[in-house]
Amino acid sequence: MIYIELFIGFLTVGLFSFGGAYAAIPLIRDVVLSYRWLDEEALTNMIAIAESTPGPIMVNLATYVGAQKAGMLGGIIATFAVTLPAFLIILLITVILRRFLEKNKYVQAILRGLKACITGIIAATGACMILKNVVPSLYKSTPNALPMIITFILSVMYFGSRLVLKNKISPILFIAFSAVLGVVVYGI
Amino acid sequence: MERVTHADMGNAINMLLNLFFTFAKIGAFTFGGGYAMIPLIENICVEQKQWITHAEMMDVTVIAETTPGPIAINCATYVGYKQKGILGAIAATFGVILPSFIIIYLISVCLNSFLEISWIKNAFKGIRIAVGILILDAGINMFIKMKKKVIPCAIMGCSFLAVVLISIFGLNFSSILLMFIAGVVSLVMFLIEGEPSEKGGAKQ
Repeated sequence: MIYIELFIGFLTVGLFSFGGAYAAIPLIRDVVLSYRWLDEEALTNMIAIAESTPGPIMVNLATYVGAQKAGMLGGIIATFAVTLPAFLIILLITVILRRFLEKNKYVQAILRGLKACITGIIAATGACMILKNVVPSLYKSTPNALPMIITFILSVMYFGSRLVLKNKISPILFIAFSAVLGVVVYGI
Repeated sequence: MERVTHADMGNAINMLLNLFFTFAKIGAFTFGGGYAMIPLIENICVEQKQWITHAEMMDVTVIAETTPGPIAINCATYVGYKQKGILGAIAATFGVILPSFIIIYLISVCLNSFLEISWIKNAFKGIRIAVGILILDAGINMFIKMKKKVIPCAIMGCSFLAVVLISIFGLNFSSILLMFIAGVVSLVMFLIEGEPSEKGGAKQ
């Protein structure tokens, strides 16, 4: 049943996304694609919207996927499931576990591994998302020119501005610019 | 006696409403996810309302980073709990979620028909690449902040490669399993090698 699937799927996401929203994106991708709730393209569109609307990105994604698959109730269930682990874990820690988590060296060793792993996963997820827009399929590997142009302009702008201005462009501004660029490049 | 408890209840309800609306405001006005919320939560809960201290705020940020789940939820739960126990935690958490829930729900109702329009479709072709860059950059930033020890770097490299291969060949392998393996490897290496000496060698 879809409600139970949504609940379990997003509970898993909430339970394993160490390190904030970006850590959750690969997990959400896993869950959403394996249950076939959305396709890759719809999911990426949604990540952009989750970034440009207020609120925690993970919650935004859960609400959206839930609502798309099973209406209002689906949205509520998915949102509830994604927040539940964080809620309970913080209560548990503030009440009892504080010492254990900070001082226990075995827990620390596991966390070090998890963080390193998630760093690799996040970087790879980003790289693959860019790659998939440029080379749509491994087996029909003719790179598309237009996405390559867009990727080039956006990378230069994003990473270049960091070097020149010593300040990040805000993600919202960057997404807005990329939208304009998409309209211009594909429109011509 | 009766009157006192009534007043207490009134105060408690006021506090719960206060928590709810304060966090609803934070949820409604922070773009860019949990990390963007931290300065705002600090400004409101530490400086204006003095619900928690600076030190507590630092603590909760660290805890939020080492525990799973949205950072904003972690902070809201903590502040709410400190003020009014479990009910406070629920009020604050519910408050921080509600605005984005409403906004996203409305978007989800009309997004698909928007995407039929061709120039909006084109806009999203550009946006999808930007999202990839933002995510890649988040990974790079985490790598920069990571302590450059051999084992974490090796784990990171292997995870990166694994995900790229999984993605290219369309394999079915969950990131959670990958994280599980990484956690076990890190623990085993720690048991073999001991503390990755940071403060002048291992103490026993």
